[in-house]
Amino acid sequence: MKIYEYIARRVLLLIPVILGILTITFIISHVFPADPLAALLGPLQMRELRPETIEMYRKRFGLDLPLHEQFFNYMSRLVHGDLGDSIRTRNPILEDLAYYFPATIELAMVAMFMSLAVGIPLGIISAVRKDQIVDHISRLFSLAGVCMPSFWLALVLIIVFYYRLDWLPAAGRTSISSILPPTVTGLATIDSLLAGDIDLFLEVVRHMILPSFVLAYRAIASIARMARSSMLEVMRADYIRTARSKGLSERIVIYRHALKNAMIPTVTISGLMFGSLLSGSVLVETVFSWPGLGWYATAALTNVDFPAVMAVTLVFTLVYSLANLIVDVTYGWLDPRIKY
Amino acid sequence: MWYEMSKVFGKWAEEHEADIEELKYTFRRMRQNPLSLLGLSIFVVFVFLAVFAPYVSPYDPIVQSLPERLQPPSVTHLFGTDELGRDLFSRVLWGARISLWMGIMVIAISVSVGTVVGVLAGYLGGRFDELFMRITDMFLAFPMLILAMAIAAALGNSLENTMLAISITSWPRYARLMRAQTLSVKEQLYVEAARSVGASKTRIVFKYILPNCLAPIIIQSSLRMGGTILAASGLGFIGFGARPPTPEWGVMISQGRRYIMGQWWISVFPGLAIFIVVLGLNFLGDSLRDILDPRLRRG
Repeated sequence: MKIYEYIARRVLLLIPVILGILTITFIISHVFPADPLAALLGPLQMRELRPETIEMYRKRFGLDLPLHEQFFNYMSRLVHGDLGDSIRTRNPILEDLAYYFPATIELAMVAMFMSLAVGIPLGIISAVRKDQIVDHISRLFSLAGVCMPSFWLALVLIIVFYYRLDWLPAAGRTSISSILPPTVTGLATIDSLLAGDIDLFLEVVRHMILPSFVLAYRAIASIARMARSSMLEVMRADYIRTARSKGLSERIVIYRHALKNAMIPTVTISGLMFGSLLSGSVLVETVFSWPGLGWYATAALTNVDFPAVMAVTLVFTLVYSLANLIVDVTYGWLDPRIKY
Repeated sequence: MWYEMSKVFGKWAEEHEADIEELKYTFRRMRQNPLSLLGLSIFVVFVFLAVFAPYVSPYDPIVQSLPERLQPPSVTHLFGTDELGRDLFSRVLWGARISLWMGIMVIAISVSVGTVVGVLAGYLGGRFDELFMRITDMFLAFPMLILAMAIAAALGNSLENTMLAISITSWPRYARLMRAQTLSVKEQLYVEAARSVGASKTRIVFKYILPNCLAPIIIQSSLRMGGTILAASGLGFIGFGARPPTPEWGVMISQGRRYIMGQWWISVFPGLAIFIVVLGLNFLGDSLRDILDPRLRRG
């Protein structure tokens, strides 16, 4: 089978997964709340409305229909891109999402890149220098990353790097006085470069350092741990002994023979880590007032804006499924034995 | 009375000799590893403080004392005071109570559901297995905290609903684990032997399969408990679950946020408590894994 056939098949397999996801979000939004209408309109609005109006709304949203009909309506609304209206902003949620999405994706991608760029070398150094001081330090660093609450780390870094040292900004994508470049991609770094504004680009980058590090830290830790243990596993394999006994230099043994094989479990965990990055963005964006989906979700939560919360859940889950698809495809490139 | 009790205990000890030996062995092994000992100590202290918070905390965690507000750490107030003059040290101690409570409840719910589903799926196989594994797939397709957030939002904002929400997101992992364990135990010779002498299905499940699932469940629970505490405090931080004035660690950090410029201690100490407890649970879980399950021992 060719690689695009494989990709096409994996994309088709995504359909039942998405159906499953939608079933769960449907259950959460239509079965779990004590009153689904109150969840849609918000408790404040419900209190102001007259009983007749409430009944009218119930009819309009189709909440008086049997559950299976509601499910079909829910699906067809989603297929048409109708995620409902936000209680808080009173906009169609799709518009809100389009506005906040790029900031989150930019942050998550930078964090993902950072966690791979730091995590993998860290794990390899740790494995190659097993039980030496470098290994101990890197393991301690990784362990702290797994155990630390991200929102707390964010606050500590703000105290140190913003209030005490005044080296880095602590909130937003740019300073309040600066204006974001005209939106082309929605990614502030690329847009500022496209606008040819180097100063603005540097400012955007400075604003990204703290939030992307906090977001990446947990992923760095998990990736480094996985890279270390799979590297150690591979280093014990027979073909590594063969390579060494052939008289190959340690460098070539590590980079040519061991590394690629050790990467397979590491790539798997990277895919899983993307999910935790998205989860983490809710907390991290809240602390850094980063105008992304995570921040939007927290604002929605505190304002009992249930439709918006469900929409963010859906978008995050779909992005996560896509990330896992990319991971699956990457396998084949790393390990030719895996048949498509 | 003491004599009676010792007799009862003696009888119990005789019946459970193997278990006690196992426990002794576990402790011996733990003593050899300083990190697991550290993990165990952190866990024991954490549980102790959670249980005895009313007796060991020097001040009331809720009562306000405005003249003493925003004091830095000192001898009278080890961790300082918050914006309402409450002693932070006492609040952090009481916070252990809520975190432990949430951790235990979530683990209890998700382990029970996960075990029932996993063992049934693994043992019965067929359509039931297929159906339930597809359901766990669906749940695992969600980023965990996001799903917990959505469920908590749907159920309504309360501590119990938050626990329920986190449980709903974590049972599939236990179900997966139990299914795998059941499948491997099912093929063992002693199960076949039991079946051939006519043991009923229920007997096989309770007598052979469940006891063999105990070790992985304990390992997984101690590792997951840290994650649960992190998730619960994260939800508390964004305003879900415990609410002020409840001394929950996440809520405390969130309330201290407004003061981090000058009064860093309000946010820093509760976070440090979370960090240390989760670290301890991780050490404990890792060492239990090494001891209880030699097959999983890492290089």
